[in-house]
Amino acid sequence: MKITNKMKMLGAAFLVVGASGAYLIAADHIDAPGVTGAGPSSIGSDITDVYAFAKGDNIVFVVNTQGLLSPAASATATFDEEVMLEINIDNSATKDNVEDLVIQATFENGKVYVHGPVAPVTTGLTSTLVGNTSVSADVTAYGETPVIGTEGSMKVFAGPREDPFFFDLVRYKEIIAGTASSFNEVGSDTFAGTNVMSLVIELPKSQVGTGTINIWATSNRKN
Amino acid sequence: MKKIFNYLATVALIAGAVTFTACNDDDDKTPVVTYEQEDQMARPAINTVFIPSGTAKDVFNETIPSAMGTAYATAFAARLDALNGVTYPGNALGQSRTDFAGLLATDVLNVSLTATTSFYDGTNVLTGRALGDDVIDTELLLIFGGTAGSSNPGLTSDNVDANDKAFLGTFPYLAAPF
Repeated sequence: MKITNKMKMLGAAFLVVGASGAYLIAADHIDAPGVTGAGPSSIGSDITDVYAFAKGDNIVFVVNTQGLLSPAASATATFDEEVMLEINIDNSATKDNVEDLVIQATFENGKVYVHGPVAPVTTGLTSTLVGNTSVSADVTAYGETPVIGTEGSMKVFAGPREDPFFFDLVRYKEIIAGTASSFNEVGSDTFAGTNVMSLVIELPKSQVGTGTINIWATSNRKN
Repeated sequence: MKKIFNYLATVALIAGAVTFTACNDDDDKTPVVTYEQEDQMARPAINTVFIPSGTAKDVFNETIPSAMGTAYATAFAARLDALNGVTYPGNALGQSRTDFAGLLATDVLNVSLTATTSFYDGTNVLTGRALGDDVIDTELLLIFGGTAGSSNPGLTSDNVDANDKAFLGTFPYLAAPF
């Protein structure tokens, strides 16, 4: 993946890029005004990153929220009890990008409750909780050993974690703004030393589908 | 619902100052709690890179994936052109301007339940996203690298290759917070 060629001058190309400097910020940390707020002002519905990876016969889903938390802010950060995080799964043969299964996580009195995976009541922008709680756990406090909820073959963790995302966002912004023409030969991770509020769920692959699935995470505020 | 409230109001009037006790009527159901979507994300940095600032980002977050392709493919292709300063030539995966814009516009994460899961590891492409995947370099290479992956070499890697803390070998895998 690393490109080791010497840099080339890009010249006029960046005049165009510079004119469209409105596209900033990164992975999806503080991506949109409706969910914006960095560090302690970040609101619980801002999703920063989504991960999905295999561990043997299991699949692990990670939904990170509330990006750019300093250690001090992480110590007092909480999950918003008005916000439900949802992992949407399209396991249809046609991959129509409509959710066939959802895994939902709600937060109440310092605990995380996971529902699903189960078919949603309705697809789309409005959600209702589905079925009974599959697994729950205490939200892990800052500095505490991870509290892992286990029920059958499903696990859940919720709490502050180091942000696994890495990117020289500062330099990218300079490039997009037209004040730099390339990345530095040694980049600087803008997200170094920062934390997120993480939801991690592991369950058997067989519970979410076969072959290939499409997933996306959403945050949803209680009406 | 309104009927239930009217009924409860009537009961309350009859009960007067006496302590109210819930009725056991069949209508006495817990109201269904609904949630409205605010943020949405799958592949890294899509909203960030391809959607203009302001309310457009909120609109993207509230567009269901099955409607994204129609809504955003054309705009994403134009954005690829703008980023490159020329008409987007295609990428090293062999995807044309239309192919790549169409792929990105529908913001879902493809996850294989059989193959190695990686955003891109040299062999597996878009089969998931592992914690250590250098997703930004993958996206930069596909956006700026041209059909051979060798164009704009100063833009195809941010030269940050790994996270700043080691991941755990066991659940919950993410490192302890700083």
